[in-house]
Amino acid sequence: MTSDASRDPRRAGLSRRRFFGLAGAGTAGVLAAGAAGGVIGHATAADPTAAGTAAATDAVPFTGDHQAGIVTPAQDRLHFVAFDVITDSRDDLVEMLQAWTAAARRMTAGQDAGPVGAVDGGQYAPPDDTGEAIGLPASGLTLTIGFGPTLFTAADGTDRFGIAGRRPEPLAELPSFPGDALDPARSGGDLCVQACANDPQVAVHAVRNLSRLGAGVVSVRWSQLGFGRTSSTSSAQATPRNLFGFKDGTDNLKSENGSAVERFVWVADGDPGADWLAGGSYVVTRRIRMRIEPWDTSTLAEQEQTIGRTKGAGAPLGQQAEFDPVDFTVRAGTGPAIPENSHVFLAHPTNSGTAILRRGYSFVDGSDGLGRLDAGLFFIAYERNPETGFVQVQKNLRMDAMNEYIQHTSSAVFACPPGISGPDDWWGRALFS
Amino acid sequence: MSMHARNRTILAGATALAAALTLAACGGGSDTGGATGDAGDDIAVAAGDDSCDVAKADLDAGTHRFTVTNGGSKVTEFYVYADGDRVMGEVENIAPGVARELLVQLPAGDYETACKPGMIGDGIRSTLTVSGDAPSLSQDETLAQAGTDYQRYVQSQTGALVEQTTAFVNAVKAGDVAGAKALYPVARTYWERIEPVAESFGDLDPIIDGREGDQAEGEDFTGFHRLEQALWQTGDVSAMGPYADQLLTNVQEIATRANDVQLDPLQLANGAKALLDEIANGKITGEEDRYSHTDLWDFAANLEGSQAAVQALRPYLAENDADLVAEIDDRFAATGQELAQYRSGDGWTSYDQLTEEQLRGLSDSITALTGSVSQVAAVVAQR
Ligand code: HEM
Repeated sequence: MTSDASRDPRRAGLSRRRFFGLAGAGTAGVLAAGAAGGVIGHATAADPTAAGTAAATDAVPFTGDHQAGIVTPAQDRLHFVAFDVITDSRDDLVEMLQAWTAAARRMTAGQDAGPVGAVDGGQYAPPDDTGEAIGLPASGLTLTIGFGPTLFTAADGTDRFGIAGRRPEPLAELPSFPGDALDPARSGGDLCVQACANDPQVAVHAVRNLSRLGAGVVSVRWSQLGFGRTSSTSSAQATPRNLFGFKDGTDNLKSENGSAVERFVWVADGDPGADWLAGGSYVVTRRIRMRIEPWDTSTLAEQEQTIGRTKGAGAPLGQQAEFDPVDFTVRAGTGPAIPENSHVFLAHPTNSGTAILRRGYSFVDGSDGLGRLDAGLFFIAYERNPETGFVQVQKNLRMDAMNEYIQHTSSAVFACPPGISGPDDWWGRALFS
Repeated sequence: MSMHARNRTILAGATALAAALTLAACGGGSDTGGATGDAGDDIAVAAGDDSCDVAKADLDAGTHRFTVTNGGSKVTEFYVYADGDRVMGEVENIAPGVARELLVQLPAGDYETACKPGMIGDGIRSTLTVSGDAPSLSQDETLAQAGTDYQRYVQSQTGALVEQTTAFVNAVKAGDVAGAKALYPVARTYWERIEPVAESFGDLDPIIDGREGDQAEGEDFTGFHRLEQALWQTGDVSAMGPYADQLLTNVQEIATRANDVQLDPLQLANGAKALLDEIANGKITGEEDRYSHTDLWDFAANLEGSQAAVQALRPYLAENDADLVAEIDDRFAATGQELAQYRSGDGWTSYDQLTEEQLRGLSDSITALTGSVSQVAAVVAQR
């Protein structure tokens, strides 16, 4: 979203059903070289107007080397959905993926899901768009697709679609971790779509229309709404706060840090499955419930020691400002300023030995029967390989002081193919050709 | 053309396209109504619990009389189906030991006969080849025929509905709880197959089929579900006599009215969709039969009724959107298979025995089928 065309204020607020001719270069893949030097070092937000200042109503280009919705500056709202494929017909699946691509192409441009539109068709046919986004702008909608391990080989071992041999070896069920309380009905899935937008209605509209188009081929397995992005994926974004009240995303991999993104996010030539997955990524999702009430009654000191940063500025303990470097040698009193069982200490690349791109959202799914908020972080991480990405970090978080305040309740992993190259391309073409 | 303007001249016209008429559905009369053509032959059908022997497999085009004798121990039904299970004629509710007649007009073509002992499933099928004239119809005639065929279907269902409701009500009044429980889902099958037609009588539907809690203030809870509640919740039907009588009166009234309903093709298409919505809204959720949990009986009946309505339109649809017909066939078959897993003895698995996963499979297949059936109206409306 750095091109002038994509910032043209006249485009902001254009109503649906008018075609947006986007001249901007693809967001994904256009990575400003920030943070020269250290491979992982965070990109300092020198000039917040330099990037990512496209209006919240703008369209994000659908085509590009990489799928949008990964390094795209995180939008405010999420509707994430996982599907089971309920047919054994490869042809039906391919046909649906093509229909989805066409609809996604239109919806991300701020148009109706179908070519006719919500209200321009005949009186006797169900409309080819559901209509709740009429008049709403594109709102930065991105739709990102992923393929789960069970698409390749079903749980019962069958190769339903003749692609078992094309499953890249890193696309496998995640190992279980201590403390996991996973609900199988809210975990896994053959396909996923991550819909992110700055207007929740636009994200929900997109998921609803894709589900509608998929009738008979897919069935929604689970879905999750999220709000208040808990990560920044561009240094131009101010760091938002998660439901623990802490800034979240300070030391994330940022789009501006091109070399680190290349190294840790995108599948490269020579990687497993590169014949169809190069330029893609893996996404791991974890619905992490926060134990809100115990957290809220813990002291400020306990909270800051748990995270390893200050609650106000978000500075690493022992430092002053949010973007001061994390320095584990700084001492406070008798011990290190950043405790060795704090979240930041254990998650930091120095100690985990790797990096991931976090793109999570907060959720509140009402309350449980005991009057407690059913709330937390829907954690989303993109990485080049789940084993050396999420899994490696999560293993390192085994002694995380934060574990006392959280519980992982769902888990899923998907391989996200590269971006859509042009008008004839469709989601999964390289995999199914 | 206005389908409301259609009248019986088409039925009895010189083209001999008269609708097949069931003779016996309403209790064994032999009035042939407006049927033309000679029914000189009499084809015997020996229906058993596991057999369905039709005396002839090859016929000449024209009107034929089938005499179906139920030598088995279960109530049975007999159907003559065209392609896609389009009902050409059927006799409902043939009790053990009883013989019933079906008069049906068959143009040249390939058909299937089916007996359905116990009234459920695909039935025991045989092929039936009819040779001779296969008149070609204009599209308007084809559509008119659809309305006529479906009306005949409604009539045979209402006939059986009255008979089975009578039996059910008698069992209730006799205090025969076990007998009444067995008859309850059977009587409802005929109701559920034509539910949108029945529901079009807004004054009668709520008092026949209303659920507890649906009544306005001051209104009594009556009808099928009132008796269901007594049968399954307390097992005490001693105070149910007046409700039983009232149910039968109302059902008789609705049968009379339904027989006069003329449906245009668009209403047929919408009715077929409405029946699937009934499944999605009331049966998949177990709300319909909340005391007896016989929801899958109603599910199956809604599905059959929907298929009957769509298939009445089949000749027209096949000419105008063959792909849609193929898709609809696939999806009715898929839903039928999904449901067939829950056959249990002569009936269906109790709703409360189904797992979340199983309900989801049923729901997915209904969602897909509804998506296809919802396209029918636009094809019909092109006319
Ligand atoms: C409810 C659960 C979680 C909460 C509330 C949370 C919160 C935070 C906060 C406040 C920060 C510091 C700000 C920042 O640099 O972004 C942070 C950093 C980080 N978190 Fe989490 N986190 C959670 C779960 C996870 C999980 C499951 C992982 C991966 C397995 C993870 C990986 C990281 C990483 C890699 C960093 C950056 C550390 C650094 O480089 O300094 N987090 N998290």
